[in-house]
Amino acid sequence: MPEPLIVASQLVKRFGDFTAVDGIDVEVQRGEAFGFLGPNGAGKSSTMRMIGCVSPVTAGTLRLFGLDAATHGAQIRRRLGVVPQLDTLDTEITVQENLWLYGRYFDLPRAEAKRRAAELLEFAQLTDRADSIVDNLSGGMKRRLSIARSLINEPELLLLDEPTTGLDPQARHVLWDRLYRLKQQGVTLVLTTHYMDEAEQLCDRLVVMDQGRIVAEGSPRSLIEQYSTREVLELRFAAGTNEAAAPQLGGIGERQELLPDRVLVYAADGEAALAEAHARGLQPESALVRRSSLEDVFLLLTGRTLAD
Amino acid sequence: MAHFATPGPLRVMSGHVVAFRRMWKMNVMSSFLQPLMYLLGLGVGVGALVDRNTGSTDTLGGASYVAFVAPGLLVTTAMALAAGESMWPVMGGLKWQRGYHGIAATPLTAGDIVVGHGVWMAVRCGIASAAVSVALALFPDTRSWGLLPAIAISMLVGLAFAMPIMAFSITAELDGAFPAIQRFVIIPLFLFGGAFYPLSQLPVGVQWAAKATPLWHGVEVARWCTTGNVRWAATAGHLAYVALWALVGTVVAVRNMRRKLYS
Repeated sequence: MPEPLIVASQLVKRFGDFTAVDGIDVEVQRGEAFGFLGPNGAGKSSTMRMIGCVSPVTAGTLRLFGLDAATHGAQIRRRLGVVPQLDTLDTEITVQENLWLYGRYFDLPRAEAKRRAAELLEFAQLTDRADSIVDNLSGGMKRRLSIARSLINEPELLLLDEPTTGLDPQARHVLWDRLYRLKQQGVTLVLTTHYMDEAEQLCDRLVVMDQGRIVAEGSPRSLIEQYSTREVLELRFAAGTNEAAAPQLGGIGERQELLPDRVLVYAADGEAALAEAHARGLQPESALVRRSSLEDVFLLLTGRTLAD
Repeated sequence: MAHFATPGPLRVMSGHVVAFRRMWKMNVMSSFLQPLMYLLGLGVGVGALVDRNTGSTDTLGGASYVAFVAPGLLVTTAMALAAGESMWPVMGGLKWQRGYHGIAATPLTAGDIVVGHGVWMAVRCGIASAAVSVALALFPDTRSWGLLPAIAISMLVGLAFAMPIMAFSITAELDGAFPAIQRFVIIPLFLFGGAFYPLSQLPVGVQWAAKATPLWHGVEVARWCTTGNVRWAATAGHLAYVALWALVGTVVAVRNMRRKLYS
């Protein structure tokens, strides 16, 4: 079996006294779509920067394409596409120029860079904006251009750090569609995201990070099965009475969680749990049964308190 | 067809060229018009006063005032341009548009980025100095083949300012220091760096301060070129000193850039 595309073992990143990444082990296979989830400050971006070979590893080892990131940074970068959290587009030149110029940075011959730029304009649905100055594009267009630009060297591995943060739903769906196509073409995707629906849509496998460590790993489905129940019952009681009602739900489902505005009951059968609550004489103002989501897993593993 | 690798700095430079194509006319025009105004104002106004004053031209080495000032205009134009280009655009590349981070993700290195920007600034200084030379060639007193080597000296002086300032700009957290550099380094050098009158007119302490900077050395040699009075041995020493500033600045800038981009 060939070596995985990315092999990180006991990977550590420290900035002075602060430990951003605290000994993680990750393997990503060729063709996989792999996600890093976690609250702000969990160490996702630091990990991505190390994988992108722009941030030296403090301790542990990191290999990409069978090459050591510590010694073969430039050779590895040649085969990567990077979509950073913040756009690094040249805002004073045109969409088209951004594309072929970036190809020149990879030393593509000028004609080849221009040929690929034309293809990528099509891919990113920006052909009619080819000659627009980047400064005048919408956020979604800039993001599409960032992704298109990252593909100019026909990378084997595409790194996306929060690719859809700040975009409207339409723009997000267009991006997901483009990423899905890349995956079908065999491009390995590694991404970070705050959006659980994004992770469920795009990732074959993911890890949840918290405070620099990996706290869970698996496919979206398996994580839900492992860490949550099949369904969740959300109960809202009259203002100020959630706290009084919560203890009376004891024993219903596998676990209950009191939130400021509602009480969650994690149960295999949400309707049965609701019937039980009614049988105990509880009168919620509203009740909703839904399937467990990755978000439930995420909040269970990383807590509900703000990270920063 | 065989493809020969383009050196990294030149690949970086092509980015600057693409952006410049959109604004070169404005740039070149102002490089031409601004010294023209100085020439008319200083040359005709101050020059008439100086040249008529008995003994003044002796202090200027026998040249007319306009001829004395001309190389000063050439070299200070490069200095001012280089200073501006090595401040805000560098911070923009790191903090605002963040283009340097985009380049850092490619096989190019911190050295390619710094040297590429440096080469480009030298080219810009060359273009601006050439525009000044065209203005100077309009007047009989300042028309000289010596303008050609003076353009090359301007480029070198430009780098002697650009690279150390760039090294500083890479580490700067805010752009607040930039206007201060303009006001307290560039403008004083413009006024006291030997461009508009011989340094011998200044107190000895100020003379030494001016001689410590690359500007005076560059102006001195450029003036020898345009007035046809080259002292070869001294020229080599002056230019080596100017080049040292550029070189040390480059080394520090590359180190700073590597720390900033690959941390």
